[in-house]
Amino acid sequence: MSDISPISYSDKTFKVIGTRPVRHDGADKVTGRALYGADVQLPGALHGKVLRSPHAHARIKLIDTSIAEKIEGVYAVATGKDWPDLVDKIADLGEGAVHLKDLSENCLAVDKVLYKGHAIAAVAARDVHIAEAAIAAIRVDYELLPAVTSVLDAMKPGAPILHPGLKTETLGQPSQGPTNIDRHVHFETGDIAAGFAAADLILEREFETATVHQGYIEPQVSTALWNEDGQLKIWTSTQGSFTARHQTAELLQLPISKVTVTPCEIGGGFGGKIAVYLEPVAAILSRKSGRAVKMTMQRDEVFEGTGPTPASFIRVKLGATKDGKLTAGQAYLAYESGAFPGGVIGPGTMCIFSCVELPNAVVDGYDVCVNKPKTQAYRAPGATQAAFAFESTFNELAEQLQIDPIAIRRINGVKEGSRRVDGPVYPRIGYLECLEAAQNSSHWNSPLEGPNQGRGIAAGYWFNIGLKSSVSASVNPDGTVNLLEGSTDIGGTRTSIAMQLAETLGIPAADVLPKVVDTDSIGYTDVTGGSRTTFATGMAAHKVGLKLLEQLTARAAFLWDCDPAEVKVDGDLYRWRDQQLTFKQLAEKLPSAGDPVVGHASVSPEGPTNGFGVHIVDVEVDPDTAKVKILRYTAIQDAGKAIHPSYVEGQMQGGAVQGIGWALNEEYFYGDDHKMRNASLLDYRIPTCLDVPMIDTIIVEVPNPNHPFGVRGVGETPIVPPPGAIADAIFQATGVRATRLPISPPRLWKAMSQLAK
Amino acid sequence: MAKKKLISAKINGEPREFACEPRQSLLEVLRDSLQLTGAKEGCNNGNCGACTVLLNGEPVVSCLVLALEAEGAEIETVEGIAAGGQLQPLQQCFLEGAALQCGVCTPGFLMTAKALLDRVPHPSEAEIRFQLAGNLCRCTGYDKIVRAVQAAAEGTNP
Repeated sequence: MSDISPISYSDKTFKVIGTRPVRHDGADKVTGRALYGADVQLPGALHGKVLRSPHAHARIKLIDTSIAEKIEGVYAVATGKDWPDLVDKIADLGEGAVHLKDLSENCLAVDKVLYKGHAIAAVAARDVHIAEAAIAAIRVDYELLPAVTSVLDAMKPGAPILHPGLKTETLGQPSQGPTNIDRHVHFETGDIAAGFAAADLILEREFETATVHQGYIEPQVSTALWNEDGQLKIWTSTQGSFTARHQTAELLQLPISKVTVTPCEIGGGFGGKIAVYLEPVAAILSRKSGRAVKMTMQRDEVFEGTGPTPASFIRVKLGATKDGKLTAGQAYLAYESGAFPGGVIGPGTMCIFSCVELPNAVVDGYDVCVNKPKTQAYRAPGATQAAFAFESTFNELAEQLQIDPIAIRRINGVKEGSRRVDGPVYPRIGYLECLEAAQNSSHWNSPLEGPNQGRGIAAGYWFNIGLKSSVSASVNPDGTVNLLEGSTDIGGTRTSIAMQLAETLGIPAADVLPKVVDTDSIGYTDVTGGSRTTFATGMAAHKVGLKLLEQLTARAAFLWDCDPAEVKVDGDLYRWRDQQLTFKQLAEKLPSAGDPVVGHASVSPEGPTNGFGVHIVDVEVDPDTAKVKILRYTAIQDAGKAIHPSYVEGQMQGGAVQGIGWALNEEYFYGDDHKMRNASLLDYRIPTCLDVPMIDTIIVEVPNPNHPFGVRGVGETPIVPPPGAIADAIFQATGVRATRLPISPPRLWKAMSQLAK
Repeated sequence: MAKKKLISAKINGEPREFACEPRQSLLEVLRDSLQLTGAKEGCNNGNCGACTVLLNGEPVVSCLVLALEAEGAEIETVEGIAAGGQLQPLQQCFLEGAALQCGVCTPGFLMTAKALLDRVPHPSEAEIRFQLAGNLCRCTGYDKIVRAVQAAAEGTNP
């Protein structure tokens, strides 16, 4: 916990919080004026393009750029040889860490290509068409190597090895190589054998999930200008401007102050726009050409060259007494990390049993390199796969024990004081309240209405993080307040942060004017990720509000020539004896009342804010085609305190629909040649508005004791429950327990046909 | 490279001329030559709808229209729909209904929805979902977008 004064707002009625003002950047975004990364047009800027590997695994024997360099209009060519010598270090990116050497080789390969789509070289030219022609003129000689794209195959002895030097780290100890397994996570609690011995029913099930992509609509785009004074300026689409600055400076071996990152409006990220791809490459091309260089990915490059989130194999074994009390749980998880080590197995293992009290448990997780793009975070990274496996097994257990699925969750559900199997003890959380809301919902209490229909339910958990945030604020003489922040606004956080400052000062949300500024203009701020922005940057906004209040009180006292301690503040009213000024009136007088009223605040709250959700879904399965139609959907979640309920609902709805896509359609198809077959938004099928109904939401508010307004993170949890809930609904409709994602029509049809035999 | 051609079109009500290469898409010319960057490139092959503009009143994905095809046409982009300093009702309903998160798909949705409401003033939810199915949004789950279009059609706040 950071040093926020523990003001309790729990009994207070709010003026601003809980209302639904129009977002501050709204007009810009509905008129086409908002400047996204691709809209940055610097004078004389060149266009850069990347040459990508056509092979899944190969040694680079030769890169000949001589012909490309001679094409008229080509200004610079870059390859992996342009990286400075890197001392391998690990950089913390907020949502995961990365080896810098791996990061550089992911941006431009050095000796080997490790997946189809791996960047090899880049060109800057007068226009994009010339750049494309130059890319085609680069000759690369490859020595082809056997590839592996299945997580279980990659773990087998004799599998093609991606990194000859890789060792498996188990509890801090390295193994003998060679291996593709980068890390083995293990933890246990209680006595697993005794736990299973005490069970009346034991179920063991295996699950597989496919590689899926974050699917943000805006492809990666960056512009770099390496100025003659040595200052590198970058305009980019990133979830974290400071994180992009840190990575770029490290890869180019520049002092961090030599890099300025301006975060543009961002067209979605979901965890996929934290690691850099284009930024350092555009910088190298700019240094070589002496011009600004803009690079934009095409959609196939986004699929084949940027972070998907891992496919997985998971085995879950649960034991319970006949009255539904869990006695033991065991889980084995193997997740792809992609071409380089460092996937999301950690959170996967920590989340798999996070919704239940489990006295005896063993969890083993493996992080495995395969010839696919380096995996990245995707909304509650690692948790959705784990929840699909656990919740599906738990639902089957409930069915076999003939216990209602909500009842069995209430019997075993975590609450304040429960210990997660990986160690931490939960503070006040709202899981049981979510289950109660589900039990009482109109959805749960209404009948299904036709044949081939089923209703499913599942829960989900995500930690949510704190990390570091900074804001600055100054009071204008017209009674408004400028608020500067470093948090990329990916879905309305300018407003949810501004509202917390407005509430603190007792003024309308519209009178706080938030701006997301560059890395030179604000204190360090971590990524917009981990469901942290409204929570942590909002906490900084509240803290700066308290500092402004103190100064405003002093200015009022100065005007009234009294002791500041005698000035009473009530909402936006400042009072002393029979004198009073509104915030606006006081602001008007500030120019003649001493020092300008300005504040800065930074926070670094530690520990998770613990978001729990429960989803209910009704489906109808076409008996002939096995197409699954979502009939009705309700997402329930503990938001702590919903600052702007519309945007909380929006997170719940958007996450639910991403989860629906993950459950039913989305997957990377690979051929026997280990190349992706569906790298387009036509063939990688994300949900359209025709595929889904309205998504009903129920916001539960169990205040987070570690935030001045009770906020918990919201954004990630909603993607976690959908696959488990949908699989359950499909079982109720068809009798098929789907254990493999996506539950696509061909797969489900096959299972339904087998069941009918 | 083929020689550039001069094209005349009415863009957002104003007569405009621009030179383009035969290989250039309408999207590329709108964004790079005419500085109308409201239409967004999400896929460049007609799958996402972020670049939707109205060509003679019909919604088109401008990444699949050659700039040459704009000769003599009337083109409407997201920059042209607010008139006289007033947001168009659809724009207002998107804001009041929180129908955007990152906002990059919003220009395309607004143009497709405008074309729908111009033709069908009171569409059903099913008609709205069918007509908007060519526009992808990854943030909202579509709920608030559909409601905003309904609100604009009914002249109510969402």
